[in-house]
Amino acid sequence: MILRLAIASLFARALTVGMTILAIALSVALFLGVEKVRTGAKASFADTISGTDLIVGARSGSVQLLLYSVFRIGNATNNVTWESYQDIAARPEVDWIVPISLGDSHRQFRVMGTTRAFFEHYQYRQGRSLELANGEILDDLFDTVIGADVAETLGYEVGDPIVVAHGLASFTEHRDQPFRVSGILANTGTPVDRTVIVSMEAIEAIHVDWQNGAQAPGRSTPIENIREMDLTPQAVTAALVGVDSPLQIFALQRAINEYPEEPLLAILPGVALQELWSIVGIAETALLAVSAMVVVTALIGMMATIFSSLNERRREMAIFRAMGARPATILGMLVIEAIVMAAIGAMLGVAFLYVGLIIAQPIVDSTFGIWLPINAPTLQEFWVILAVIGAGAIVSLVPAIRAYKMSVSDGMMVKT
Amino acid sequence: MTGHILNLSNIEYRWPGRAPFTLTVPALTVFKGETVLLLGESGSGKSTLLSLICGTIQPDQGILNVAGKNITHLSSGARDRFRAERIGVIFQQFNLLPFGSVMDNILLPLRFAPERRIRAGDAATEAKSLCAALGLPDDIIHAKANALSVGQQQRVAVARALIGQPPLIIADEPTSALDATSQSAFLDLLFSQTRAHETSLLMVSHDRRLGERFDRVIRMEEIAAVEREA
Repeated sequence: MILRLAIASLFARALTVGMTILAIALSVALFLGVEKVRTGAKASFADTISGTDLIVGARSGSVQLLLYSVFRIGNATNNVTWESYQDIAARPEVDWIVPISLGDSHRQFRVMGTTRAFFEHYQYRQGRSLELANGEILDDLFDTVIGADVAETLGYEVGDPIVVAHGLASFTEHRDQPFRVSGILANTGTPVDRTVIVSMEAIEAIHVDWQNGAQAPGRSTPIENIREMDLTPQAVTAALVGVDSPLQIFALQRAINEYPEEPLLAILPGVALQELWSIVGIAETALLAVSAMVVVTALIGMMATIFSSLNERRREMAIFRAMGARPATILGMLVIEAIVMAAIGAMLGVAFLYVGLIIAQPIVDSTFGIWLPINAPTLQEFWVILAVIGAGAIVSLVPAIRAYKMSVSDGMMVKT
Repeated sequence: MTGHILNLSNIEYRWPGRAPFTLTVPALTVFKGETVLLLGESGSGKSTLLSLICGTIQPDQGILNVAGKNITHLSSGARDRFRAERIGVIFQQFNLLPFGSVMDNILLPLRFAPERRIRAGDAATEAKSLCAALGLPDDIIHAKANALSVGQQQRVAVARALIGQPPLIIADEPTSALDATSQSAFLDLLFSQTRAHETSLLMVSHDRRLGERFDRVIRMEEIAAVEREA
């Protein structure tokens, strides 16, 4: 009966109580939403590359190799010679191998030389393959496939010519050998979106007239001649490797790391991604902490609401006292009231979260490439709800104790 | 039945608030089944006296017997329980929880008084028959308290005070919010009910015209002294 009366009392103050509940609900939705984005970002990050068993490059750090080979951040210290590449490719454990050649750029985007096998084997988000939004995969020597971000930022369409610059942020351009956009990839949310993909041969072709990183003066081989040259690459920057059986991964990794001809490094993408996440994940944790503060703020708002209601409810408390309620009952009623508000707010917050997810999921996926999974409420959400209710009860003790003192001193007489 | 329902002797209480005063009540007795009007102006210590009788405050000295029990040395929790079990309280106005139904309001004291709940038997039926006896329409029982007129609210307050038949009813100016005709009708109903249940009634008022309807009239200044501190 007391609970029913407490709820009836809440209904009687529907507007302020509703606002308080709304504030709690929004803060809980924000908190859970940030948590969802955080785990979604982490999962998307971990899903940047999948299906690849090993990444091979010149010996450096594993995070560095991951950064330049997958995220196109930073540069390789050294290349892997074509001979070493072929040695690895010839090993029996190797199912497939895709070379990557980096070093040139187009505007702010990196150019990556590779083979058609890249489109077959590169996978993200647990086994998704690259898809063309428009056009076709590299056909001609001077064809290029561009990522979704590149196309959008630079406004390119299939058939547009582009000129690749030598090096990064360079003013020297490979003007003699213009490329043509043959295909545009669909958005993936991975660094592929920001990459201009050309063939390995094309990388060789544009460097035909170059020696030691500079264009040889006066030399300009006509494109017709280039097409007839042997364009076998001399080196690759890195290689993506798939093995026949997962059991062979570590044996192959050791073999590559101990390769006698050249210092090489083979890394497991998943392990390196985790290592990298432990560095970049701190910002996400900070965001979570901020949204937790928002929940605390909403609960303090509730405390203020209860506080401000105390004076107008003195009469109500006096009636309860006259009927024989102890001051402790008054205290309990206010705590129950807070628990009811916090519980409704928290559960409404979960509802808001799901509505928000349903609306935002496709937008976030296409804009940021972060996949926010919509699952049934997990144990974690349950604990958050419980924590909010618990914190609400604790916070409400402040006005409840005040009410206790008021009802002791007022008794059943209120001078109005 | 003879004997007293209320017996105060040598009560002394110092109110500790911002304008401290000391209330002394050498002797006050109300007999079982008796209706007593306590006349007093504001500031005469009426409210403090009622608080003492109801046990929300404790006297510094003296003996306070209510319904055969000295409540002076009971703990505050026990006094709250005692009040719930033995005393029906009617205020001047705003007696009811506005957000509760009439039924909720009438049954409220039983929530804090298990013995009184047992005495009430089928509490919902009891509440309905009390409403009928007090001239309230049948369908009012499920109405929200704040939908009622002031007169109806006061009658619901009487029903709430009477439910479970506590031996003593304390009424603090219950008629002051009513007009003269309603006052008279209200008192008729109140008296018929207290007589029917042999309940003692101690009513506080400043309106001496009501006096003729009571068994006894006591003036506050005859039984109590208030000493204000500078």
